[in-house]
Amino acid sequence: MSTLNTTAGSPVAGSVSGAPLVRVDGLRVSFGKSVEDNPVVRGVSFTLEPGRTLAIVGESGSGKSVTARTLLGLTGRNAKIATDRFEIHGVDVSGYGDAQWRKLRGRDIGLVTQDALVSLDQLRQVRQDVGEGPKIHKTLKRKQELFARVVELLDQVGVPDPAVKARQLPHELSGGQRQRALIAAALALDPGILIADEPTTALDATVQAQVLDLLDATRQRGKALIIISHDLAVVSRLADELIVMRRGEVVERGDAAEILSAPKHEYTQKLLDAVPSGHSRGQRLSPSETASQATVSDLKVVRAHHAKPLAGGNLLEAAGLVKSFTGPDRVARRAVDNVSFQLKPRETLGIVGESGSGKSTVAKLVLGLEEPDEGHVRLAGEPWSGIKEKQRRDRRPDLSIIYQDPLSSFDPRWSVERVVQDTVARDISDTVGQKGRVGELLDLVSLPRGLRGRRPLELSGGQRQRVAIARAVASSPRVIVCDEPVSALDVSIQAQVLDLLGDLRDELDVSYVFISHDLGVVHHVSDRVLVLHNGRVVEEGGSDEVLHNPREEYTQKLVSAVPRLRISGRAQQVA
Amino acid sequence: MAAPAPRRRGVRATRWLLIRVASGVGVLWAAATIAFLLQTLTQQSRARLIYDQRVGNNSIPSKGVTAAINHQYGFDNSVLHQYVSYIGGLVHGNFGVSYFQHVSVWSLIIQQIGPTLILTFSALILAWVIAVGLTLLGAGRHNIWSSAIANFLQMLSASVPSYWVGTILLVIFAVNLHIFPVLGGNPLLALVLPMITMALPVSGFLGQVIQDEFSSALEQPFVTSSRSRGITDFGVRTVHVLRHSVLPGLTLSGWAVGYLFSNAVLVEQVFDRAGIGGVLTKAASEGDVPLATGVVLLSAAAYVIANIVVDILYVFVDPRLRA
Repeated sequence: MSTLNTTAGSPVAGSVSGAPLVRVDGLRVSFGKSVEDNPVVRGVSFTLEPGRTLAIVGESGSGKSVTARTLLGLTGRNAKIATDRFEIHGVDVSGYGDAQWRKLRGRDIGLVTQDALVSLDQLRQVRQDVGEGPKIHKTLKRKQELFARVVELLDQVGVPDPAVKARQLPHELSGGQRQRALIAAALALDPGILIADEPTTALDATVQAQVLDLLDATRQRGKALIIISHDLAVVSRLADELIVMRRGEVVERGDAAEILSAPKHEYTQKLLDAVPSGHSRGQRLSPSETASQATVSDLKVVRAHHAKPLAGGNLLEAAGLVKSFTGPDRVARRAVDNVSFQLKPRETLGIVGESGSGKSTVAKLVLGLEEPDEGHVRLAGEPWSGIKEKQRRDRRPDLSIIYQDPLSSFDPRWSVERVVQDTVARDISDTVGQKGRVGELLDLVSLPRGLRGRRPLELSGGQRQRVAIARAVASSPRVIVCDEPVSALDVSIQAQVLDLLGDLRDELDVSYVFISHDLGVVHHVSDRVLVLHNGRVVEEGGSDEVLHNPREEYTQKLVSAVPRLRISGRAQQVA
Repeated sequence: MAAPAPRRRGVRATRWLLIRVASGVGVLWAAATIAFLLQTLTQQSRARLIYDQRVGNNSIPSKGVTAAINHQYGFDNSVLHQYVSYIGGLVHGNFGVSYFQHVSVWSLIIQQIGPTLILTFSALILAWVIAVGLTLLGAGRHNIWSSAIANFLQMLSASVPSYWVGTILLVIFAVNLHIFPVLGGNPLLALVLPMITMALPVSGFLGQVIQDEFSSALEQPFVTSSRSRGITDFGVRTVHVLRHSVLPGLTLSGWAVGYLFSNAVLVEQVFDRAGIGGVLTKAASEGDVPLATGVVLLSAAAYVIANIVVDILYVFVDPRLRA
């Protein structure tokens, strides 16, 4: 195993006599009986110098997070770890026990985990988690000193009103503020090495950009940064060096800019190709798989409604939608404020917005799950809102939904076949016919036949989403509402699912309302785009027009916040 | 965004508490009404019961005697009148007069309630100590033995009836080993065996819900981020995870107080302890309806108060509810 070539600048004061901060040679990790038993990390090597950023990129199951945790001795009791060389600050740590690791954690290496509400202890005030490092390591003993330090840290990472926020509970902070607080907690003891594990995954684009800037600022102050991500765009923004991992192995390593502009390994190439953007529109994102085996004509026989001509040419029409909700403070808030749009047959309308923009409420109004306070929805020229559910029921098959995480909409005890059969049973009464149709549908979404007896929990995220799509198209809908359908998926799986949705649009004559916070994804799939902000439509138009030359300030901010693959030569933009 | 002013928070907290107390009063009122209905359902025989007790045999009272008794106790009034005066009496702390001991029910109960309350609450505390102790030792540990032993003890304590445990404890520790008195003796020593008898099954139930929550909290990302700051395993368990896991245990404790209170009746008999159990068994066997309903109402009150206390504790443990 050769070590990564680093062209580090001058080492910053604090590192031990010129030795790299971290040196790992031939790291192997297994959760089996021995290191050789089905290892999840198979020989990873790197060195880390002060002021440099190393990115480890890979999809889920690649071993990137396990690698990061090993640097803190947090791999878990069952992990078997072997290295040829494992040094932190020039000291051999390969034989460290838990007590020795504890002295290192927080003080020499800080860990920033992904913001989930559960990354901070929800039952304790933010100050208690942020100040936990100094308290444990007994660097600050007096209460006032500790609190002053917490406020200073929160201020440093850009949390507004730090003295107030410090005394609040995690759920009272926004996602971006929580992520900042996690970074503050990791910086509390001023460690030389900061590991950020998917630090921006759950965040909106504008917040994501701010957090990445913050991480980069800490690196510029001389810290070494290791960033773990599945997102090449995030990585390209920060990384000096890059390691691409797949199934525990390093497939490519070297200078980040070089790899991103001229990947040598086909897997890296595949990852780069899979990133959706405006430029990739109309192209397949995944290596061409056999699209779908079922002949589409089989699938259309069930309902022949597509032949019906449309009055006015709009499949779906929303006019002046308003919807208010009363918050826990008894103040009514307009979640959707005067939103109008039209959807034509075979068209994809992208709805983009950050969390709280009202996009999910729009989805509910379109689906007829909520009634608008004002305005109306028309489906295929006929009223869809403001009528009784009984009148809607017969036309429900015209509309389908695909959610971000289909797992919660499946009965966990049912097999995949039964989940789909349940939907089919509405149109076909005999069991043999139902089974045949289920087979066709699952062929259509290319779900391998061997997986059909499995339960939802036994499937991967991508496979589950295929099942959800099969179920969504089972009723031969005219419109499918996709609410963040690929947000939970790895980039190569995301590419396959987006390709599948594109194929189905052509084959089944469906239109999509495609809701996402990911501008790249929306740009890739949409003909027209609607930008929502605080419940209002900020901008609307053709997707190239809106996302390449945004007119409104908010859209401009949104577009510029999206991390791009910054690659000379490839000139690939995400949005 | 500024935090809500402490004063408004205080107003909201007071209102919340008032609502809780009001609904508790509602429960008690319902219990009192049912108790009253049970009393009046025995209307025909109440005068007869009292007469039998007075004369000491089963002779049939003359109409005049019956009427006198009916008049003395107010049985000749309309049901509504009786109901209003019964509820009115309860509001003023008047639980009625025992048919047979001819003193107020309240004074009979108050004499005996002390030992039962001591037994109930010491058992609840012991149950918590056992449950939390075993959880801290056992939950999520990779050492198979410690969690296996903890699990076994929990299963055992949750499934064995208390009178059996009581008898076995008596035989082993009092009769054979002479560590604790069989009867009487030092009141603190005499408390130990019945307390353990009552605590064991409750600790089993408590332990199971606490341990489940503990194990899942231990898998949460905040545990990893806390560990990455250098906290010890014991620190993670006590400072972070335990607080999350006691919440369902608190909910169960409201139920446990009712369970313990009624179980005390049984355990007091097994250990021949003073307490409300003796009062209730005597009242039930003699047909002393006011006394029996008094005990029932008191149990209901204990249950209601325990649940209000649990709700208050819940807010202390889970600060998210304070908003």
